[in-house]
Amino acid sequence: MTGLRGVLFVGLPVAVILGFWLLARWEYRHGRDSHRQSFVARNGWPVVAFVVAAVGFWALVMIVLPQLYMVDFSFHPKLPPSQRGGPRDVYTLENYRYFLFGSTRSTASWNVTHITAFWLTIAVSMCITVLNFVICYPLAYFMAQVGTGSQVRKLMLLLIIPYWVNELLRAFAFNILFGTSGVLNVILLCTGVIASPIDFIGQDIALYSGLTYAYLLVMMFPLYNALESLDHNQIEAARDLGAPWWHVHLHVVMPFAKPGIASGCTLVFMLCAGALAAPLVLGGPKTLWFTPIVYDRFYQAFNWNQGAAYAIVLLLTCILFVMMVMRVFRVSLSEITR
Amino acid sequence: MSARTVQRLMMGFYVVLFFGFLFGPLLVMAVTAVNTAQYPQVLPFEGFTLDWFVVLLDDRNLVDGIRNSILIGVFVVLLSVPLGLAGAIVMTQIYDRARSLYYLVVVSPVLTPGIIIGISTVIFWRDVADSIGSESVYSGLFLATLGQSTFISAYCMLIFLSRLQRFDPSQREAALDLGATHTQVFFHILLPFLKPAVFSAALIAFLSSFENYNTTTFAILADKTLTTVLAGRVRQGTTPAISALAVLIIAITLAGAVLYEVLRRIEQRREQGRAKAAAMAERAEVAGGLAPAAALMSS
Repeated sequence: MTGLRGVLFVGLPVAVILGFWLLARWEYRHGRDSHRQSFVARNGWPVVAFVVAAVGFWALVMIVLPQLYMVDFSFHPKLPPSQRGGPRDVYTLENYRYFLFGSTRSTASWNVTHITAFWLTIAVSMCITVLNFVICYPLAYFMAQVGTGSQVRKLMLLLIIPYWVNELLRAFAFNILFGTSGVLNVILLCTGVIASPIDFIGQDIALYSGLTYAYLLVMMFPLYNALESLDHNQIEAARDLGAPWWHVHLHVVMPFAKPGIASGCTLVFMLCAGALAAPLVLGGPKTLWFTPIVYDRFYQAFNWNQGAAYAIVLLLTCILFVMMVMRVFRVSLSEITR
Repeated sequence: MSARTVQRLMMGFYVVLFFGFLFGPLLVMAVTAVNTAQYPQVLPFEGFTLDWFVVLLDDRNLVDGIRNSILIGVFVVLLSVPLGLAGAIVMTQIYDRARSLYYLVVVSPVLTPGIIIGISTVIFWRDVADSIGSESVYSGLFLATLGQSTFISAYCMLIFLSRLQRFDPSQREAALDLGATHTQVFFHILLPFLKPAVFSAALIAFLSSFENYNTTTFAILADKTLTTVLAGRVRQGTTPAISALAVLIIAITLAGAVLYEVLRRIEQRREQGRAKAAAMAERAEVAGGLAPAAALMSS
């Protein structure tokens, strides 16, 4: 770490903690609520020391500083350790330029492979998000509003059990299903539906259905939680007033479940766009997905700086998506992450 | 047939389809684990065998990976649960002006793709290790623990927050009025109240850590965990031994998930019982007898 960076990364935590402390002092002095005690008076010194140290370490050293450092890192060229901090260690846009235009030696004007993979990842992730919502909504609605207590408990248990199955194993299960001599092909061949095996993996059918499968339950639980708190009388009232069933869902149930829908959509999109296991296991040689490209920056090109730039592109995409969801559904961040 | 019967039939059909999709692939995988065929297949079923499970025991990498996964899981629990608890305490007491920024910072790891957390952790700590000249910081186990705890602490915090919302502050006031110090209130009132949340947070933390791949694959460096060994195997080619391993892992995680669910339901029932007792005590009090004290004792 060079001098400036060192100052930044040591100074920032100190400044943040000082800032919070000053804010707390100020609020305490000028607080409207005169009964309010200061943080220390309310908790006692030992607890305060633990809480401040723990949250300071977590929020700053584990969350904020690594992210900031990654941003800084992505604007530096790849250099051997001996030259880091030397005269060639300057700020550069090279890593981002590479994402858009590729190697300076290539003749194509755009880095077509990476850009296509990027847009395809986003588009497919969005489609899978919508698809997951469509698949989950009827069951979530049934469990939350229609089913009897014992039915719901049984269904819930059946849902919780597969929730924890690792995504690598889910991908592997789909590999067995969809392989050239996989179960699906064997069945189709035996029954005479097809004459020669279908290359599900090469055509990305395996990958897309594997991703849909992997994050199904991530959509289910927030959706169910949101629908569960809807008063069934509202649905009855809408029906009594003559609303057709799709009207009830579109204008009564879904607006109420907005936080749950937003929460499920954000999580599914983020997990899909950031999925690494499924593309590695279910991707064919020509599969385009963004995360394996990021992975290869690290483990094949050994260009960490470029990898950091690619990671930031992905991160920005996810941030934009979250902001978009918050805007479209008019929900706050705390409603999404509940 | 009435419209209602049709509706019910359609719903039943849909539920069967849904759970078929959910369990079908896993069942297929389980069958391939006990089929003697060299390639994971269901049809034709050539014969029942448990050999694929025995093969696993000889695999040194796998045994090392499992050991590391458990080790990291334990460290993650030890780190994430206190961090999550501290995070939740700050959240309930922080000034409104600062709360939204604080919330944004500590919840952001939940919404960040796992590979990005892994990447930023490795990049940051590599240079920290360089600049303080200590190579021991730059170790796979340490970084995997830190990287995973970044977002697992947030899970823990959310669990603690939902429990803290039901905390009755008058309990604290009562203890203080009776002369307890603030530290005593923390250890004798707040922590016991949070105990069930501590257990579920610990279990969730361990499960999340154990099955994590995206963050770990970057943060683990040259070491290996169960998931990274598994990923390597799966990419090399499919053999029934992987199916056998999958069945084992699923069995272990299921045991954890079921345990969690059982504990949660027991706790819920106990809570309901307590609420009922409290309501009864209150009713008795309103009625004006001496019963409340007795009712409280018995609850």
